[in-house]
Amino acid sequence: MAWTELCYEYDGSFNGLLCCIFDSYTRRETPVSIRTAEQGQLSLKPVHTVETVASHAKRITKSLQARTPRALPLIQKAYLTCLPDKELYIYRLVQKLYREGPSFLKNPTDPVVYPLHTAVRHLAGELEKLRGFIRFSEFDGIYAAEIEPKNRVLPALRSHFCSRFADQPFLIYDRTHREILLYANGRWKISPLDSFTMARPGKTEAAYRKLWKTFYDTIAIRERNNPRCQRTHLPLRYRAVMTEFQNESFFQSKEESASAPSDMRHLIAGTDQ
Amino acid sequence: MELLDKLTILADAAKYDAACTSSGVKRRYQKGRVGNTASTINGCCHSFSADGRCITLLKVLMTNCCIYDCKYCINRRSNDIRRATFTPRELAELTIGFFRRNYIEGLFLSSGVLKNADYTTEHMIEALSLLRNEYRFNGYIHAKTIPGTAPELIRQLGLLADRLSVNIELPSSQALSRLCPEKSKQAIFAPMKQIAHSVQENRHDLIHYRHTPKFAPAGQSTQMIIGATPESDRHILHLSQGLYQKYRLKRVFYSAYIPVVEHTLLPSRDTKPPLLREHRLYQADWLLRFYGFTAEELLDDAHPNFDPNLDPKCSWALQHLEQFPVEVCSADYEMLLRVPGIGTVSARRILFVRRNCRLTFEILKKLRIVLKRAQYFITCNGKMAEGLRFNETSLRRSLLALEAKELPAENAQQLSLFDHTE
Repeated sequence: MAWTELCYEYDGSFNGLLCCIFDSYTRRETPVSIRTAEQGQLSLKPVHTVETVASHAKRITKSLQARTPRALPLIQKAYLTCLPDKELYIYRLVQKLYREGPSFLKNPTDPVVYPLHTAVRHLAGELEKLRGFIRFSEFDGIYAAEIEPKNRVLPALRSHFCSRFADQPFLIYDRTHREILLYANGRWKISPLDSFTMARPGKTEAAYRKLWKTFYDTIAIRERNNPRCQRTHLPLRYRAVMTEFQNESFFQSKEESASAPSDMRHLIAGTDQ
Repeated sequence: MELLDKLTILADAAKYDAACTSSGVKRRYQKGRVGNTASTINGCCHSFSADGRCITLLKVLMTNCCIYDCKYCINRRSNDIRRATFTPRELAELTIGFFRRNYIEGLFLSSGVLKNADYTTEHMIEALSLLRNEYRFNGYIHAKTIPGTAPELIRQLGLLADRLSVNIELPSSQALSRLCPEKSKQAIFAPMKQIAHSVQENRHDLIHYRHTPKFAPAGQSTQMIIGATPESDRHILHLSQGLYQKYRLKRVFYSAYIPVVEHTLLPSRDTKPPLLREHRLYQADWLLRFYGFTAEELLDDAHPNFDPNLDPKCSWALQHLEQFPVEVCSADYEMLLRVPGIGTVSARRILFVRRNCRLTFEILKKLRIVLKRAQYFITCNGKMAEGLRFNETSLRRSLLALEAKELPAENAQQLSLFDHTE
């Protein structure tokens, strides 16, 4: 007998996604779409709201790991990508894994693996660029940065920056996904945050911005000017938040802007809880 | 003098150094230290300047004062320019400030020669040890050794830096004696030899004693200027090959000569930098290092220079058509690498995937293997790509047309129907 077809709604977390898989098997249903509540449902099929239960997620994790070490890392990365309907692609991958065993995972051109593999590669490319292109500004000892990535990069960028700047409290705000990564004294936290505005720079910060901009402009050799090559390596979409591409007002300090740093101090303090 | 002015002068003076890499070393998180190197061994680019070159390191000179008078150099003593010198503390502060804002991966420190080579190197060592020991900096440092420095100082420098480099500047000793009479070939190769030896020795020591301080763990590199003197590509490539084999260099950088001064011994001021030639040399350099080619295969007496309109691998393939087509389903790694359009990543991907599924042209496309060049040189399950018809002449013409699209306008030749390319 064919399984019932349904729309699944989950809370958007990774564990929630694993619970969708769990529910589908225990309830003997095939989801035709898996979406979060905010995305809304556009289907005539009935909707099942999946409850996130840690023990269910754990059972799925264990069963995946028992079959192959390849599946879970791939799914975890794919979950962070901006692939439309990534949940459904992940579901189909797990379905095929349970049905056929893990050998198809070794073939990136497999029709089930291919879309996820491509999306993960896109994520990896964006991560590599962002590791270099993120620019911090210092406010009273706290370093703040903003990014506008396509994928949800913060969980994947975390370990690199936490080990690089282990002794400095910092935060990275993701404008696209309205998330913030906070770090201080060896503790970190990623939490949703609706809006974030960077304060005007202090005197030292403005000086450093100017130094960097000057260095950036000076180091280019005029006779070798090559904007096409520059654009290949540094696409325009990254430049909106990079110090060297800002207009003049960005480099002027504003001593009286004291409110924002204290706000950020409050956020950083939140990591201890 | 303001720090901003100093930085402008000293970055401007350092910009002609091509090396700006942070690869080849893994510095992990260490308690109480600032920084690590990028999690991949390949380094990390932090920005790209208007000329399209990557900015990884804070590339500056310690000082642009120089006792030498090398004809091609912007910092030679007879040139009337503003001079500046960083104090070690200024430089360390600047590096840390830039690093903490994630502007850079580390420091590239070079210098003009102040008083003499030893004095200058001591000055550099002071700045670097301040950075490493007082500021606890754990990022990447690339330091330039100055020809004629005492071996003991080079050793100290190597213990602080990740990569060392000695510029050989000009590709032959005749050119060297003509353009920089104060430097000798011997003075350049002596430190290079010492570094190669020390790195080798250090690697041996590290096996036996885990806590041996690391000496230049990312090895050494060098740079030469292309187009200031009349050497052929063949001469240059052989020189590079020798350097890779003899001194185990990580990189040889080629820097297209940009006329910064008028001099009877140099190309005139309005000469364009030979960027395309530099590009071809880099392509050939990659073939030497990663593709198993030798300099002898790429250029010979009959062809002492590269064809500017075709990349070195395509040129080689056209002269060795008897070795093609290559069957992608069975060819070994070395042979796959010889196919124009297939690089190390593609070749490895083919090897991995063909173990698990049957290759077709569709699948090659899905694997993101670029077929526009490769299709002329491969078969898949005994068949060539569908609809592909060519002979030797039309093959050459197609490859030239592909390449022409990527060349800057002034180099691209207009292709016409009646063009008879041999």
